Formats: sequence, C-alpha cells, structure tokens
Amino acid sequence: MMNWLNILIQGSLLGGFYALFAIGLSMSFGIMRLVNIAHGDLIVLSAYVALVVTENTGLDPFESLIIVVPVMFVLGYALQRGLLNQTLSGGLLPPLLVTFGISIIIQNGLLQSFGAYDHRLKEGAIETSSLHLPGGIDIGVYPLLVFVVAILAIAGLQLLFYRTRLGRAFRAVSDDADTAELMGIDNRKLYALALGIAMIFTAIAGVLFGIRTIFAPLAGPIRLILAFEAVIIGGLGNMWGTLIGGIVLGVAQAVGAAIDPNWQILAGHLAFLAILIIRPSGLFPRTRE
Amino acid sequence: MTTLLQTQNLSAFYGDFQALFDINATVAEGETVAIIGANGAGKTTFLRAVAGALVTPPETVLFDGRPIGGKASHEIVRLGIAMVPEGRRLFPSLSVEENLQLGSHSERRGPWTLKRVYELFPRLYDLRHLPAPSLSGGQQQMAAVGRGLMSNPRLLLCDELSLGLAPVIIRDIYKCLSAITAEGTTVMLVEQDINRALDASARFYCFQEGRLALSAPTRGFDRTAITAAYFGL
Repeated sequence: MMNWLNILIQGSLLGGFYALFAIGLSMSFGIMRLVNIAHGDLIVLSAYVALVVTENTGLDPFESLIIVVPVMFVLGYALQRGLLNQTLSGGLLPPLLVTFGISIIIQNGLLQSFGAYDHRLKEGAIETSSLHLPGGIDIGVYPLLVFVVAILAIAGLQLLFYRTRLGRAFRAVSDDADTAELMGIDNRKLYALALGIAMIFTAIAGVLFGIRTIFAPLAGPIRLILAFEAVIIGGLGNMWGTLIGGIVLGVAQAVGAAIDPNWQILAGHLAFLAILIIRPSGLFPRTRE
Repeated sequence: MTTLLQTQNLSAFYGDFQALFDINATVAEGETVAIIGANGAGKTTFLRAVAGALVTPPETVLFDGRPIGGKASHEIVRLGIAMVPEGRRLFPSLSVEENLQLGSHSERRGPWTLKRVYELFPRLYDLRHLPAPSLSGGQQQMAAVGRGLMSNPRLLLCDELSLGLAPVIIRDIYKCLSAITAEGTTVMLVEQDINRALDASARFYCFQEGRLALSAPTRGFDRTAITAAYFGL
C-alpha cells in the first residue's frame, strides 16, 4: 500500500517536471497556433547557455537564470518577429517545417560547439537531499522544488492572462486574430512577445533539466515528445490541464518503472495513447463557442 | 464641412477576383452616410478596405487628407477609424467588460470610456462580467458597438447592425446611434435593410456588383430609383 502511495507521489513530482517542459509549447500553440518542433531543442539550448554562464562567471546554475532567462526571451522575440511571423498566414505546415529546420540547426550547432559529450549543471547538496516522511516515503527536495516551480509558473501565467491588459490581448488574439487586429492590436508584435514569454519558461525548464540529468546536443526531441504528451493529455490551451497532463504522464511512468524498470518510458507513452483513444481532445479541453 | 474620408478609384481584390471597381466616395466630418446594396455588392469589402483589412494602394484611401491605403488595421485604429464587424465578432473567451476594454487597446483619448458606454447601453452594465457568447444577439450587438466606441474613433464603420435582430431591438440600437453622432463621431453604415439605413443617414451610396450605382442625399429621394439601382433594373 505504502509502496503504491510512494509511486504516486514520486510520479506526480516527475509530472511537475514534464509540465514545466510543456508550458512554453502550450502557450505558443494556445496563442498563435504554432506547433513548435524546436521546443525540445530550445530547452536543451537553455541548458547549454546556463553551462556557458556557470563556467565563465562563477554563478551557480540557479543564479545563471538571471542571464539565461533574458537571453532566451530575446531569442524567442527575435525568432518570432524575424522568422516565424512570416510563416503564419500559410496554414499549419510552414511553421512546422521552419521549426523542424530550427531544431536541426540547434542540434548541429550544439554538436559543433560542445561535442557529443554529456554535460551537467552542478547545483550541489540540493540535488541529493531529501525529506523523510512517515511510512518510509522519501521525497527528494529537488523534485519537490521543480514541482513547486511548475505550479508557480502556471499560476503566474494565469494571472498574466486574466489580470493584465497584455493577457487580455493574448486571449483576444487566440480567439480571433483578424478581429483583434481590427481592434487595434498589432498581432505580429504580440506574437513576438508571446514567444518571448514562452521562452522564459523554456529557459527555466532547461536549467532545471540540466541540473537533474545529464544532457547532450541531441536530447531535445525526447523532451519535445514528453511536452507534447503532457499538453495533449491535459487538453490544448488549458494551462492547469497541462500540469495534470504532466502528472498523468509522470505517474504512468512511475507505475511502469515499478513493474519493470524497462517499462518506464513505454508506460508513459501507453497512457498517452490510451487517453488519446478515450478522450481525443484531452482531459480538460478549453471549451470554445 | 471638411472631408474626413475620401476614396479615389478604390479597387479591391480577393486573389484574382475583383470585388470593388474604382469607387469614389467621400464622407464629411460629422456626417452619417449609408452604404446600401444587395448581397455581394461589395459593401463589406469597401468597409474592410477602409479599415485596412484589405491591402490597397496608399493614395486610394485618404483619411483626414492623409493616404492610409495599405496601412495595417491596428495602425488605422490608432488614426481614428473603428469597425463594428458584421456578425459582432465579440471575443468568446472574454467577458463583456473585457471585450469593451479591448476596444481601448489603441489608447486613443476622447469622450468614450467604460462609464459612458454603460450609460449608453445600461443593460451591458448588469451583464458586464458574463462571457460574451452568453448574451442575446441584441446585447452582443450593443457590446460590439461599445467596443468600437472605446477606441474613440473619428469615423465609426458599422457593418450590418441589424443582421439577425428583432425589429424592436434594431430600433433601440439605431436610437443609440444618434447619441453617438451627437458626440461628433462620423458614422458609416452598411445595411441591407434600406429603410433603416436611409432613416438614419443624411446621404447614401448604393453599390451594385462592386460598382457605385447611385449616390444622393437621403431626404426626399425617390425610393423607386433606389430600387432600380439596388437591383440593377
């Protein structure tokens, strides 16, 4: 019994991690219907930016966010403004192809610059310390921190969407981009801001990812799949749904791993496929009139 | 009266299809002008071209003497042209109040504020926290007009205000139109309901298959001549 409770807790914490991967993806799809194939690679790129910063400044990985976050924001803004905005009027395929190209460029750029070796960001004692709960359940401080960050990130985004002028404009553009433009919103500028903000969360996800596991230039696509699955399970356009989606994925993986360690990844994908069959629009799709 | 809007040989295309042919029209400051015509005559296309939703050569649309053809819609809103689009097109995931607030995104100053819009349409005040799609058609139309006013336009373009609404509601909305023009706002009305449009305006243009068929002051005009222009008889 306690064993299953433990699996549930560890799986949920892992899910917070997947949700964090997914926030940027969910946001760029929600606002501009952009399926960003390069999302996973941008997470990995953030980890490498943090690596460069920590090696050259003496900042630890958490502190490196002061630099990584603005760098990724600017990169996202420029990417949307300079390139992706050009692809949005031609349907779903052009942005898909362009972001696929960006994905390849990032992977090979990282291979050229850093080699194919594994890297890690070292944060110190917090990585291994844990809390002991009654019943023999141990909770890692670091996974708990990641989970809390995921919740805070989503809560912050909800505040942005529902309490600010910018958030109102984001929702309006998501509803009906043509009419929003007629109401005085500069869609192109807004999209650039949206990808910039999405990249803030991508940067945070990348740094936390780099502390938790080793990473290499080709580690992006698997992050992309996990992020996609979390978004789809939760329902497109629903941020809290994305958190639940991440948790479902994490718990499924933890259950799979408990049965047989080889099954961990497969179990997550199977849970995703099962939900896709039972509820094709996800658990909590945003209703639309 | 000074000319606020002038189009010079304005043509518009959807791909290879030409929807407007050399339209020359003027609207004076403070005037209310109606555009009438059958379905597909180019009325909505004309409004969309003025509002910047269709790309046109700069000199074909002059606003306050300045060429605005080809400018982006959001820039044109900033200059003082607001659109109340056909079918309301409120944002479904925004509340009524948020829809109104969105209308002021361009931050143009002027007489219209949330408070003034609620005074004009008191029903909207009670409904302000509801999602826009939960309103009736007439209430949605009021919200759409209010949203347009929130940008404090010099020229308000209204596309088919009466579409799909009950006659009693249409009468209410048109009554409010006089309160809007009393603020000095210039109004351009597109309507299929000829009588409604002519009653509310001082002058009209009648479009037929993308061309200007007739233009005249409304008062005392023989309506059988309008029918002829309307149907191309």
